[in-house]
Amino acid sequence: MEITNKFLINDVNLWYSDFQALNNINMDIPEHMITAFIGPSGCGKSTLIKSLNRMNDLVEGCKITGSILLDGENIYGDIDVNALRKRVGMVFQKPNPFPMSIYDNIAYGPRTHGIKSKFVLNEIVEKSLQDAAIWDETKDRLKKSALSLSGGQQQRLCIARALSVQPDVLLMDEPTSALDPISTGKIEELVLQLKKDYTIVIVTHNMQQATRISDNTGFFLLGELIEYGETQQIFSIPQDKRCEDYITGRFG
Amino acid sequence: MGKRSLRLLNREYAAKILFIISASAAIIAVGLICVFLFLQGLPAMWDMGIIRFLTGTDWRPTWDPPRFGILPMIVGSLYVTAGAILFGVPIGIFAAVFMAKFCPRPIYVILKPAINLLAGIPSVVYGYFGMVVLVPFVRENFGGNGNSIFTASILLGMMILPTIITISENAIRAIPPEIYEGAIALGASHERATFKVVLPAAKSGVMASVILGIGRAVGETMAVRMVAGNQAILRMPHEFLSGARTLTANVVIELGYAYGEHRAALIATGVVLFVFVMIINALFSILKKKESA
Amino acid sequence: MDKLKRKKPVDLILFLLTWLGIIITVSVLIFVVGYVVINGLPFIRPSLFAREFTTENQSLFPALVGTLMIVGLSLILAVPLGVFSAIYLVEYAKRGSRFVKIVRLTTETLAGIPSIVYGLFGFIFFGVFLGWGLSLMSGAFTTSIMILPLIMRTTEESLKSVPDTYREGSFGLGAGRLRTVARIVLPAATPGILAGVILAIGRIVGETAAIIFTLGNVARMPNNLFDTGRTLSAHMYALANEGTHPGEAHATAAVLLIVVLLINALSSWIARSITKDRG
Repeated sequence: MEITNKFLINDVNLWYSDFQALNNINMDIPEHMITAFIGPSGCGKSTLIKSLNRMNDLVEGCKITGSILLDGENIYGDIDVNALRKRVGMVFQKPNPFPMSIYDNIAYGPRTHGIKSKFVLNEIVEKSLQDAAIWDETKDRLKKSALSLSGGQQQRLCIARALSVQPDVLLMDEPTSALDPISTGKIEELVLQLKKDYTIVIVTHNMQQATRISDNTGFFLLGELIEYGETQQIFSIPQDKRCEDYITGRFG
Repeated sequence: MGKRSLRLLNREYAAKILFIISASAAIIAVGLICVFLFLQGLPAMWDMGIIRFLTGTDWRPTWDPPRFGILPMIVGSLYVTAGAILFGVPIGIFAAVFMAKFCPRPIYVILKPAINLLAGIPSVVYGYFGMVVLVPFVRENFGGNGNSIFTASILLGMMILPTIITISENAIRAIPPEIYEGAIALGASHERATFKVVLPAAKSGVMASVILGIGRAVGETMAVRMVAGNQAILRMPHEFLSGARTLTANVVIELGYAYGEHRAALIATGVVLFVFVMIINALFSILKKKESA
Repeated sequence: MDKLKRKKPVDLILFLLTWLGIIITVSVLIFVVGYVVINGLPFIRPSLFAREFTTENQSLFPALVGTLMIVGLSLILAVPLGVFSAIYLVEYAKRGSRFVKIVRLTTETLAGIPSIVYGLFGFIFFGVFLGWGLSLMSGAFTTSIMILPLIMRTTEESLKSVPDTYREGSFGLGAGRLRTVARIVLPAATPGILAGVILAIGRIVGETAAIIFTLGNVARMPNNLFDTGRTLSAHMYALANEGTHPGEAHATAAVLLIVVLLINALSSWIARSITKDRG
């Protein structure tokens, strides 16, 4: 199978006011694969993932140079940011369901993009919840508040919510850091299943998680991409000393 | 870009404009208030002579020619405010220290809403209470006819209590616990640590509460008007059992039937009051900034 | 008691003074509320709520209706303005921009203006300059400016207390700012805004000085937007000043006090239940 690249990141520099958070990043993110970003806190991995759907636009004083191409189109060019975020969905560190019913949480996205038909919405809600492997637990309580779910269920709900607008890409920013090991396992299983339909980029603090689920891994330090390659390779024979130190637990 | 997203963008833009216009409402309101008060008050003051207006001791709107001197009212406002501070501040600060540092939790949950209720009592009800309770009380126990600077001071002192307590309590609570613990670790008692270390540390916040209390007292109208006697006569401090008129009372008593020059003189009274209150509020925000710095 | 005995004399005095301070404060509350309510209740009679005001019945009913009208109109004007401007300040404006600074300064100014100055301004601007005279319109516009800072501040605080993760979630799905604010942030902030609005109602109901020179103080119901009338507080003021109907004055004071305290209690109850939910 030929590998096509979903994202091409070229010479990206990013500043928060005077602080440079990303330094000359170049990397390609292949389609239908899971790419993991690892590195110690403050290394820029979260910043980079947030530039992939321009969530950094919301941060005051954020400035970016270089280009990020999604399917060949520069997302920092003259594009509709809302349409971009529909194509590039995001799951956050802490589960963040809206304070409304489970059904309305999932229907919010499609409604945002103009779908009004009750029939279509019902279908989307069911399919999204099924794809996120949480349909069985929620089908009898769709009208209940999403806040009544457990932490792990909430996170799968948020994944379902991200899937509801039929994105191509799923960005996951430490999606399991707030969860217990059992819920973490379920999410990882889910991520592996989603791989065939979506391009997934995941930021993680957890080395094992990166080895378990990702195809490629990038190691970041102080805003720079230090090493990037196949996950197997990175974890067995890291080229860079700092990368080796990090994955063997000597710092971080 | 599709038609739909264009339409959405337009809607976004329209909403943002609407929000900006709304945010300008406060600016417009302050602008209008300043323009109309000053435009109508200042020329009148100018015609009468600013110095004569501010330092004149005769307020005789019915004389021919009328005389408009507001010194008695300025001094009257000064007296009742000073009196209110005399009564309200010590009680308020001790009560605030109690709330922040001495109050057992079960009592606190009752007292906190009680103090909020105190702040919610309308001033006309305070005034009515003053009329039927405080005025006879002062008449029988201190002399005079009861409608006096003294009575108004007590009533205003009561009314500014919630302001002083709430803001001082917050200021005391904002002092980092390490400061208190440091004093305790040196062997200071709870009282000593609180009054010698924590309270001085909260000084600017407590001062801010007093200044806001002064602002309330200067601006209070109905309650004062109902118990202060309202004679537009320049009083000496020892005449605290006699009646006096404040700037606020001057406006509320006469505005209803004033025309021409008389009305202009009342608006000018309002301008003086407005300027006083603005100076007090400016002091308050300076102190508050100092506190957070 | 042992603890008290072990205190040094200075400490004991300070300790007792703090108790004295709070006891006086609470006594003021109990005395004012107790006196007004206990003396007022026996005089609360059906005639006090008669449809028409007469010299005999001193009915507070027209004033009650006038109060509702002023409150309603004032909220129609001030709530959208206050909420929209808070939305601008919290959700749109760049922090520390010049415009924001001016808005904050003027809002603080509005909050500090004494009510008699509002009355004076309302009288000369709405009453005389715009020619609205003593009317519902003059009264409502004046009180709406008075409560604007309160509504703005409480709305701002409620919007700020909505977690940013809600906003991120919505933006992340490709929703625009308007949709995010209207569908996600505002509903989450509604209880806090409501508490502020109710507090503003209490402020209007308790207001007198700004009312009597804008709405006027005539004991009948306004017939239209440009008709005069009175509110409960203004009615209370008139009764107290005339002094000819002490019983009715007692009763009216009690009704006014109870209404305002209930409104304030409702507001803080809503505010408290939010903090519990977020707990």
